[in-house]
Amino acid sequence: MTETLDRGAGAPSTGAAAPRRRRPHRGKALAWLAVLPFFVVVGVFFFLPAGVLFFDAFRITDPDTQVTRFGLDNLEQASKGGYRTAFMGSIKLSVVTAVLGAVLGLLLAQAVVTARRGNLLRRLVLTASGVLANFGGVPLAFAFIATIGNAGVITALLKDAFGYDLGSSLYSFSGLALVYLYFLVPLMVLVIVPALDGLRPQWHEAAENLGATRWQYWRHVGGPILAPPVVGATMLLFCSAFAAFATAAAMVGSTVPLVTLQISDVLSGNVLAGQENVGKALGLGMVAVIAVVMTVYVLVQRRTSRWFR
Amino acid sequence: MKSTIVRLAAGAALVSLALTGCGDSSTGSSGGGKAATAKSAKDVGGLDALVEAAKKEGELNVIALPPDWANYGEIIKAFGDKYGIKVNSADPDSSSQDEINAVKSLKGQKRAPDVLDLGAAFALSGAKEGLFAPYKVETWGDIPDGLKEADGLWYGDYGGYISIGCDAKRIKVCPKTFADLKKPEYKGKVALNGNPTKSGSAFGGVYAAALANGGSFDNIKPGIDFFGALKKSGNYIPVESTPATVEKGETPISIDWDYLNAGYAEQFKSKGVDWQVAVPADGIYGSYYFQAVSKSAPHPAAARLWQEFLYSDEGQNLWLKGKSRPVRLPAMETAGTADKTFAAALPKVEGEPKFPTNDQIDAVKKVLAESWSAATSG
Repeated sequence: MTETLDRGAGAPSTGAAAPRRRRPHRGKALAWLAVLPFFVVVGVFFFLPAGVLFFDAFRITDPDTQVTRFGLDNLEQASKGGYRTAFMGSIKLSVVTAVLGAVLGLLLAQAVVTARRGNLLRRLVLTASGVLANFGGVPLAFAFIATIGNAGVITALLKDAFGYDLGSSLYSFSGLALVYLYFLVPLMVLVIVPALDGLRPQWHEAAENLGATRWQYWRHVGGPILAPPVVGATMLLFCSAFAAFATAAAMVGSTVPLVTLQISDVLSGNVLAGQENVGKALGLGMVAVIAVVMTVYVLVQRRTSRWFR
Repeated sequence: MKSTIVRLAAGAALVSLALTGCGDSSTGSSGGGKAATAKSAKDVGGLDALVEAAKKEGELNVIALPPDWANYGEIIKAFGDKYGIKVNSADPDSSSQDEINAVKSLKGQKRAPDVLDLGAAFALSGAKEGLFAPYKVETWGDIPDGLKEADGLWYGDYGGYISIGCDAKRIKVCPKTFADLKKPEYKGKVALNGNPTKSGSAFGGVYAAALANGGSFDNIKPGIDFFGALKKSGNYIPVESTPATVEKGETPISIDWDYLNAGYAEQFKSKGVDWQVAVPADGIYGSYYFQAVSKSAPHPAAARLWQEFLYSDEGQNLWLKGKSRPVRLPAMETAGTADKTFAAALPKVEGEPKFPTNDQIDAVKKVLAESWSAATSG
């Protein structure tokens, strides 16, 4: 961000006459002023809470004496028993939905892109994706509950017409995965279509002219070019699923163990008292998981980006 | 670009987590006057002086009091009308932890909560954190010793028993006991009011199920296993029961406090729902909620007057009308001041109920937090 600004502001100054030299300075100051709100927002809504989270995760208050000390107790507690199960559950759900979402979204996006440009299908799918990728939280959960929940419209219809009982199968791991895919697939389409558009038809034609099969083209040309954006998009899907809370809370309560639900239990419940900092430790654990994912992403990116040099 | 999105997504997750918990401003003073330190109405100069001081403040901030819970809607209105005090009811559906958070984070502000209605664990931990002001209502003597802190930091207000609510139009034979719930005819029907590691009544449901299945106040494991088995057989559905799910039939059988279930029965009768309530004889578990005055209450006199009102015969009978069991009920029945119609409408409880100690509750909560999700997931 700053790099672009510097370049933009610095450009006119080269070889400019003396009286004009002031302008770039003022421009630079104005440019900084323009991004100031951004840094304020990031500072207040990202760095400050992150700092508090990090600090509190290590803070332990004795429930009887109210004496505060620092240590690893919260983290230790957050890494075992039900919390460990929750981390495993969250990671499993996120991996399954991210991979499924990426594959399905990629196929759909490719189908749309290879269809003729500007046609109705493309516009329809992209518009719908834009809307559905942002459809989440309680409204999404409710939409599914009202449709295929145990008192849902389709559930009742299936039961009356065919005697087939869907029962409460929605309130399970696979049910939750299905609901997540409802917003993850469109998200994948949105972020991957530009990458697919970037694959020039000429490359395919050139490969064909040189005698490459379709498989060879994807293996040696299309695949490597698409790999970084696809991996990146999958990571995005993973994070999106990993951080989701309201949908799961509204749908499955505690029967699908998820970290976000556990955090809500300790931060805003009626049962567990004085466990706020365990919640922060769980939050720190989530940050750690995302950090690992990001590291993997950067490594993959670095390796694949060699092809672009 | 993409990495920015990922980072932002991660950041957004983090922010939403952290924001919930921060805010520890410790500046600010509680309201002035004698009321702020009054430990009883006498310290202000008697009940009439307290009423005067409260009227002068003109407002009262309450939090986490759902209007359809134990008749709070009517209680708030009655208090406001009687004393001409404007009651600001914040976050009616929030939890005990949210109340504690609000006391800490709004300290020194005009909208900070004045009075609290808390689960036992939060009354105890809040007192240790020094968040409450001691206050003894005029009827202090009627509150059993086991249900109040000796200095008046917290005191039991109303209680109830775990009950099984059942939609008699959708369920042919309503279950009366925990043993009944295992029957195959209840497949996909049985719900709790939330997640037992978060909701007090769901926790009570699991505790009661433990008592019904060979457990004790020290051993909640049989209750967890009971719901694990119900989940396996498909009887237990993880839908959190709310007035809406009860009305729609999404939770045809719901384990909840008897005053909530009995309240639904009355509320939905006109809408054609025949909601029946049974306190299971094999797992009788009762629990009280607790009142406390916030130490940093912006309206200290109104806060104390609110307590006097709640613990007066009038306030207690209003709770009773809401099918909950006010803490002075035994004393009022002896004195003949309890409303007989309301008392007769309470769901019947067979046998002598016992209450666990707070240490026992703390111990079983740890077990519950560790093994609940593992036992009921999949």
